[in-house]
Amino acid sequence: MSDDATTEIVPGWETIIGLEVHAELATATKLFSDAPNRFGGEPNTYVDPVSLGLPGSLPVLNEQAVELAIRVGLSLHCRVQRSVFARKNYFYPDMPKDFQISQYDLPINEEGWMELADGRRVGIERAHLEEDTGKSTHVGGGGRIHEAGHSLVDYNRAGVPLIEIVGAPDLRSAEDARAYVSELRSILVAIGASDGKMEEGSMRVDCNVSVRPVGDAVLGTRCEIKNINSLRSLGRAIVYESRRQVDLITSGERVEQQTRHWNEDEGRTHKLRSKEEAYDYRYFPEPDLVPVDPSEEWIESVRAALPVLPRERRHRLAEAAGVDTATASLTVERGMDDLAVDAIGAGADPARVLVHVENNLADGAGALTATSFAALVAMEVGGDLTATQAKTVLATLVTDGGDPAAVATDLGFEAMDDGALESVVDDLIAAHPEDWVAFTSGDDKERKKKSGFFVGMVMKATNGQADGRAVNEILARRAEA
Amino acid sequence: MSTPEGTTARVLASDIRSGARSARTVLEEHLEAIDAREGEINAFNLVLADEARAAADAVDARVAAGEDPGPLAGVPVALKDNMCTRGVPTTCSSRILEGWRPPYDATVVERLVAAGAVVVGKTNLDEFAMGSSTENSAFGVTRNPLDPTKVPGGSSGGSAAAVAAGFTPLALGSDTGGSIRQPAALCGVVGVKPTYGAVSRYGLVAFASSLDQIGPFSRTVADSALMLEVIGGHDRRDSTSIPEPAPDLSSVLDHGVEGLRIGVIEELSGDGLEGIADDVRARLHEAAAALEAAGATVATTSVPSTVYGLSAYYVVAPAEASSNLARYDGVRFGLRVDAPNAGDMNTATRTAGFGDEVKRRIMLGTYALSAGYYDAYYGKSQKVRTLILEDFARAYGEFDLLLSPTAPTTAFPIGEKTADPMTMYLNDVCTIPSNLAGHPSMSVPFGVGEDGMPVGVQVLAPASGEPTMFRAAKVLEAAAPDGHPAVGGTMVGSSAGVRHE
Amino acid sequence: MTDRISKEDVAHVADLARLTLTDEELEAFTGQLADVLDHAADLAALDLADVEPMTHPLPIHNVLRPDVVGETSDRAEVLACAPSVEDEQFRVPPVLGESP
Repeated sequence: MSDDATTEIVPGWETIIGLEVHAELATATKLFSDAPNRFGGEPNTYVDPVSLGLPGSLPVLNEQAVELAIRVGLSLHCRVQRSVFARKNYFYPDMPKDFQISQYDLPINEEGWMELADGRRVGIERAHLEEDTGKSTHVGGGGRIHEAGHSLVDYNRAGVPLIEIVGAPDLRSAEDARAYVSELRSILVAIGASDGKMEEGSMRVDCNVSVRPVGDAVLGTRCEIKNINSLRSLGRAIVYESRRQVDLITSGERVEQQTRHWNEDEGRTHKLRSKEEAYDYRYFPEPDLVPVDPSEEWIESVRAALPVLPRERRHRLAEAAGVDTATASLTVERGMDDLAVDAIGAGADPARVLVHVENNLADGAGALTATSFAALVAMEVGGDLTATQAKTVLATLVTDGGDPAAVATDLGFEAMDDGALESVVDDLIAAHPEDWVAFTSGDDKERKKKSGFFVGMVMKATNGQADGRAVNEILARRAEA
Repeated sequence: MSTPEGTTARVLASDIRSGARSARTVLEEHLEAIDAREGEINAFNLVLADEARAAADAVDARVAAGEDPGPLAGVPVALKDNMCTRGVPTTCSSRILEGWRPPYDATVVERLVAAGAVVVGKTNLDEFAMGSSTENSAFGVTRNPLDPTKVPGGSSGGSAAAVAAGFTPLALGSDTGGSIRQPAALCGVVGVKPTYGAVSRYGLVAFASSLDQIGPFSRTVADSALMLEVIGGHDRRDSTSIPEPAPDLSSVLDHGVEGLRIGVIEELSGDGLEGIADDVRARLHEAAAALEAAGATVATTSVPSTVYGLSAYYVVAPAEASSNLARYDGVRFGLRVDAPNAGDMNTATRTAGFGDEVKRRIMLGTYALSAGYYDAYYGKSQKVRTLILEDFARAYGEFDLLLSPTAPTTAFPIGEKTADPMTMYLNDVCTIPSNLAGHPSMSVPFGVGEDGMPVGVQVLAPASGEPTMFRAAKVLEAAAPDGHPAVGGTMVGSSAGVRHE
Repeated sequence: MTDRISKEDVAHVADLARLTLTDEELEAFTGQLADVLDHAADLAALDLADVEPMTHPLPIHNVLRPDVVGETSDRAEVLACAPSVEDEQFRVPPVLGESP
């Protein structure tokens, strides 16, 4: 069984998944200080007393971070509400204050949902603001934590604004999980909240996994998996963890509620700590900050300024093309839904449009316009171009633009008129009588084989200009005659 | 020329701005006073003589050039050593910050310097502002200038002593549960805790964030008013800062108390109340009578939940402190005690760097916030604050100001209360409610106790009620009984001995 | 209310607060903390069910700052405070375990 099984990971068992995504917000400055929010600078140059947590420093909230948080909340259909910051207390060298300012009881966004590409809705429990930590690098030994000689800490990232998005445990497979992350990322990018790059760390995913026998109503004990750095790892980790939990249960043991670390090289999870060892963060309301209570006007102005989101794009294209949203999703993913909708609006056959996007526009639409796209499809459907010819013309339209009819002429693609084609077929039938007999009186297998033979001969005779479907139609008519 | 202890900040600034006196000369007089008694008193962690001389010379140069250096031109000021001064050690009287030089100035320091003040030194305090006697300092005890066998109070004992001893006419302290007002009372000087948010906390090393405020010490009420006008007002670097400029106090100072209604808080001054000494209570009643004689209506009033203040405070303050002090981990600044791994290094550093009182409060606070205990302790204490606010609101429906003793007793001997923390905590019973409510209050010297040591009377006002509060304080100051030449001390707390504007 | 604070409780919070206590300190601190918390027990008698906790002494909200870059610290000045520096970063002994 492959890692990417979309069916049950273990037959008879259901996997329940909930994801926690942290995304860095695309602001100019940090969440609580006006030090720059930038990647890649010299160590410890994007810092100030506040982001270093120096004695006497105080946080002041970034207005744009709130604006982006509201955008995220509205995009995820959350209730945007009055919120309060809280301190999450723990020691770690990359933590300038040895507490993180986050949101706990009263987050800015709660109770929303997101629609996946296939049309299913998943719950979003909350999306709140919190500050990022600095970065520590291990030096010496093998460069891994347990072999390190010492660590070096850079606080450039400390204080960068994060939005933490907690999804409901509505996902059921590794495929679901990847679809969730992809959709969330598309939304974050579309609204300009984040650039969502998992491999660069501007979007991080933690995964909660539990299992239960199919048909059971009660949720199993879940484990949280951390250190997932790509979509592929996400899928692999879910599969591994599901199997691990099922194995435990079927051998008579219990799944212990734990936080586990995904090891990409080893392809397995390791226990970090158990629930009993669960850290006591001693949350309490942040006394250095006052509540944030966005006005109705502010929320509505953010709502009004939202761009068209992926879900809306899918629905719009689905409606225009007469297909379901799942079918429309690839085109939207490729960023070509505007093109497709406009081409269909200009009269193009929707099915052909989507097929072309899927098969022939993987690298983008380039110079192709909706009008020329529509014209091309019309030529194809009208029989002026074969499928193969249409593909070639399309490729030229993408690189060079232009008008499909002109391009077709330049390429020497004249449509074969029906009469000419029939003569070619008749000549070949006359020239190969045994094959013709085999075609007309043979069984299905034989018929298919001979049909291929004749089509091939026709293609050869016409330098590939014949349309395969038309040839088969002619053969069928002759066979009935 | 008057001796330093006989002149006020207002007079000094006025003389220096007009060119009548040089800032440098004034400074040298104060440095001489420091030289004479600092060895005995230990008010300062650090005296910045050379830096102060350069600053004083700069003020004189500006005056000579026809410029106005500002309302505190050339006035020597002392800063409690928990306020960040760029490039100058800021230790909070703790080993864990010994030698630490902040790379930035606190807002109050910037404003003082911009007003022409000359920073003379950083004063001693109870470590991280936790204490009521300045006996918890890692750098030695500060002694009460009026009787060196006694404590100056705390935690801002150094600043109170500096003003009482005539080292500087003005000093800044911080007040979380009484740490300005109580030492002011014990040293016989004026001490003010402003409304929460009236003075920026940016650059004040945090103890309990929802309670801390910076405020002035001075020998006269008018000087404290001047100081607050300079340091107060909105600061965009402090999210809890009141979005208003500093209130004008100077122009209303002499408006008197005619027609004001003043309530004496029963729970903090009633007969038989445990802990409040008889002589302190007597001075309070005399103060009340003085206000009445000046035209105020005085009556007793009840603010019932003040009796719960001590309990709530000793949960909330340590809880916030336990979080605020987590950053002292040996990683980025301050002391580091090495260990094979980072976690052990944190522990070794904090164990070696913090004194006992700080450790006690950190553990108390950690406990109060920990899983399973939050509601019972921290949660409940935050509700008690609401009760206190509501009780004060009811009282201020009937009264403009409230009155109480500042401290339960006069200054006590060094070492007397260090054996049992709870005994020390009881010193704060009168001052704590204002911090919990976020209200302003101030201590005004009013006579002496049986031992000849100063007694302070506390005036309380509702939020942003400083103008009214200062009017009453001014009346009390004028009506205060004559001062005393206490053992080895300086004549203070007397309107006769201090030249007013 | 809750039981009196025990030595185990004190040892636990000392651990959370990254403090090491000697046996004598543990003993002494436990007694002292218990005294303070006993005093706080008078709060237990209060019926505060209908009282809102005060989170802020000031009735202000929405204190926000424009998203404009300000002054950054001088790196040399900041690193000069540090107990140990390497490659313009804060050097610490190896960190055991992941962030909690």
